[in-house]
Order: sequence, then C-alpha cells, then structure tokens
Amino acid sequence: MKNNDSLITLEKVSFSYNGQKPALKHVSFHLSAGEKVGLVGPNGSGKTTLFFLTMGLLHPSSGRVVLFGQQMQREEDFRKVRQNIGLLFQDADDQLFCPTVLEDVAFGPLNQGRSKGEAREIALQTLRSLGLDGFEERVTHKLSGGEKRLVSLATVLAMKPQVLLLDEPTTGLDVNTTQRLVSILNSLDLAYIVISHDMDFIVRTTDKAYAMVQGQLATEEEVVPHTHVHAHGHGRVPHVHTHSPKDGTR
Amino acid sequence: MLEEDFSRGNSPVHRMDPRLKLVSGALFSVIVAVSTRWLAYLPGGFLALGLMMIARLPLRKVFMRLLMVNGLILFLWLLLPFTVGGTALWKWGPFVVTWEGIVLAAHITIRSNIILLAFLALVSTTPVFALGHAMGALGVPEKMVQLFFFTYRYLHVIHSEYQRLMRALKIRGFRAGTNLLTYRTYAYLVGMLLVRSYERAERVRQAMLCRGFNGRFYSLGEFSARGEDIAFTAILVFGSIAMVFLQWM
Repeated sequence: MKNNDSLITLEKVSFSYNGQKPALKHVSFHLSAGEKVGLVGPNGSGKTTLFFLTMGLLHPSSGRVVLFGQQMQREEDFRKVRQNIGLLFQDADDQLFCPTVLEDVAFGPLNQGRSKGEAREIALQTLRSLGLDGFEERVTHKLSGGEKRLVSLATVLAMKPQVLLLDEPTTGLDVNTTQRLVSILNSLDLAYIVISHDMDFIVRTTDKAYAMVQGQLATEEEVVPHTHVHAHGHGRVPHVHTHSPKDGTR
Repeated sequence: MLEEDFSRGNSPVHRMDPRLKLVSGALFSVIVAVSTRWLAYLPGGFLALGLMMIARLPLRKVFMRLLMVNGLILFLWLLLPFTVGGTALWKWGPFVVTWEGIVLAAHITIRSNIILLAFLALVSTTPVFALGHAMGALGVPEKMVQLFFFTYRYLHVIHSEYQRLMRALKIRGFRAGTNLLTYRTYAYLVGMLLVRSYERAERVRQAMLCRGFNGRFYSLGEFSARGEDIAFTAILVFGSIAMVFLQWM
C-alpha cells in the first residue's frame, strides 16, 4: 500500500442503473484512517450505490475508485482489497447464508486462507468480543432480527477489515440492541461509514456526516436550511429525529 | 417449516458419525428395496424398529410421518389389485381383482415402511448441516452440496416472503375462489416470489464476494468415527447380510 492514511477515495464517480437517470453524479469522497463518517439522505439518493461502487459490486460509468492508494479497474483488483473492507448489508438474511453461526463467521477467514483451526478460533473470538458467546451452534435463520444483525457484524469483523461500510445498521433494531451497536462501534479502532436515517445514531457513532441528495454529495460546509429548536452535532445535515427532543435523551 | 425436531437428541444414533449413517442407510435401503421374500423382511424390520427405539424418537410424530407416506401407498392398493395380471379373486363386470396384485401391494407397503423407519432413525436424527458436510466428505459433488445448503437456508426466507405476500393479499380482502381474479393473483404471487428470489440470490452472491468467496467452499466440519460408530455400522451391515442371505440362499 502506497499511502497508509488514505483508505477510500472516489473521484468524480458517476453511475446509472441500465439507462435510467443517473444514481450518482460526479461524486467525490475521501475516507482516511480512523475517520468515522455518517451518510444521510432520502431513499433512493444513491447511498447504497456509493457503497456498492466502493466494493466493486457495481462499476462506475465515469470517475475513479482508489482503495488503499491503488486504483481499481477490474474485478481482480477489487478481489485483492475487498477483504480489507467490511460491508454490512441492509438485510441480514442476505449476509448470513451458512446453516450455523460458527460456519458463517468462519466463512471469511477460511476464504482468506486460514486453516480450519485458526478460522474456528477467530470466529469464536469475534463472537465473544461482541457478547455473542454460545451462539456458535445456533442456526442462522432461527435468530431474532437483532441477533442476526450482530452476527452479521461478527462475520464482517472476523475478516479483520480496515474499514467498515454499514448500510442502515439500526433498521428494525430495538432500543437495547441499537445501544449495544453504538457501544460496539465506539469501541472499534476502525474507520467506518454509516448510512442511517437515525440521526441520533449518526451523532452517537460518527465524527462528521455527509448528506446525499439526488445522487450528489453535500458536505457539512454547504449551507443546508435548518430550523430545529434544539442543538446537537451535524445540525446542518437534513435529518429526522426518531423521538422528540423533550424526552430528555438526546 | 423444516423444524428438524428429530435432529435434537442425544441417543447413540444421534451421536453416530453422519457419514456412516448415510452410507449404511443407503446400503440398507437398496437391499430392502430389491428384496422379494417375506422372510428377508424380518431382519430388516427388526433393524429399523431397533434403530427407532435406540433413537428414542417421539412415536406419535413418527406415526404421523408414516401416515403421510402410507397415504400415497393407499393409491397403490386402489390400483395394483386391478391392474396386475394373474389369478382372479373377484370379478365385477370389467374389474378383476388378482391375488398377485394384492401380494405386490403388500410387498411394496412393507418395504416402504421398513425403509422409511430406518431413514427416519438414521437421517432425520442428523442436523442438516452435518448431513451436507457428510455428503461432501463422501464425494458428492461440491455443487450439489452447496445447492443442498442454499436450498435449506433460503427455503425459510422464501417461505416467509410467501407468507408476507399472502398476508398482504388477505388484509385487502382476497379470498381464493374459482375465478380469473384468483388465478391472476396467484400468478402474480408466484411471479413476485420468483423475482424476489432472483434478486435475493444476486445480493447473497454480492455478500459472498465481499467476504472473499472465490468459488470454493471450505468446511469447518471434521468427522471422526469412534468405536460406537463402528459397532453400529457392524450391526447394520450384519443385518443387511442376513437379509441378503434370506433373500437369495
């Protein structure tokens, strides 16, 4: 890796789903080591597409994707660096495809060439670190929604990535599980980008936020009309509160 | 659906090496299936019942499952006595019931039930993922094993998607009837399920790519046959030999 600090760089990236109006228009984005960034914006504004382009699951019609200082062009380029970026999918059922939790968490390490013993050890250790002891023999499709989400996170963390991309991680989670996710994210020494509609969650887990509007990225420096009567970080980013400000918690 | 109730348990049969269960189960079934003498069924029946007892499966549920299969066999009883040629027992205008037909139906009934009992005892006591890995360890092509796993994993997801769609229909007052609207609605339902499954397959593939999938599945499963397993297999093989002996000697 030529540049250790720069993790993800998108340069004027555009993309459209077969012939429709562009999902992303000249988006430039940069993520350095240790940065914790939120990404907010309405449905269909291109947030998930941005993640997919970063992972090489989709390819831009123009612009450059640079990961860890290397320009990505073909599938082989992505294949080499993809395992350093952990993408948490919106739907945990897409992510968990093995019959048991242990096998699912060990899937990544095994693909990275670890031995069975090592992969098992990494998987158990990752589960333990997320407070999921005793989950290893559980059957994935029988887990609850919150459990599925945390196990999905374990499958991603087991690959020891340098960056996490979290796509609406709090969707469908109750207050307790959301709180657990906040603590986990805050304890991680990793750079990550979080897509969420839960501004509260963004505030508690990130240092700054970008807004995505109709395929374009608005940074905090841009002035966004804001008429809230309360104060907190990221106030200039358009957002919706999940509970009213008067209930005391932020 | 697919609750795998029988796979939870801690009997000697449950603990048996899944590879040996599959192999001995298959061997046993083939021998039972090609047997034609009543006497040969005896050791087979004892073996199947014995396994059942050792596995301590809930008898009521086992009975329900047997009932389901015997429902199909009932059709053989309605057909075979009239269609197999031989000595006539009754005549009823154009309908002739033959002794040979009844004997054949009886043979099939006994054989199916013995095989079913043995398979329930051996295979249904194995968790699905152990079964898949055992198939892989026995040289079943990797693609088949993967298909087996994915089918098992996503059957539930597709089923709950089906239930969601069904609920969406019901809350808007849909009632199935014999009319064009019903047929069209069901066609939409199936079409929707297909599209959703296809899209999910695409997302699962993407999730797998993100985790370094390169076309090969590595398994964590390790199998080791222990003394107990060898003993069990020996009993099964001995029973099978007894059947072969009674059948052809």
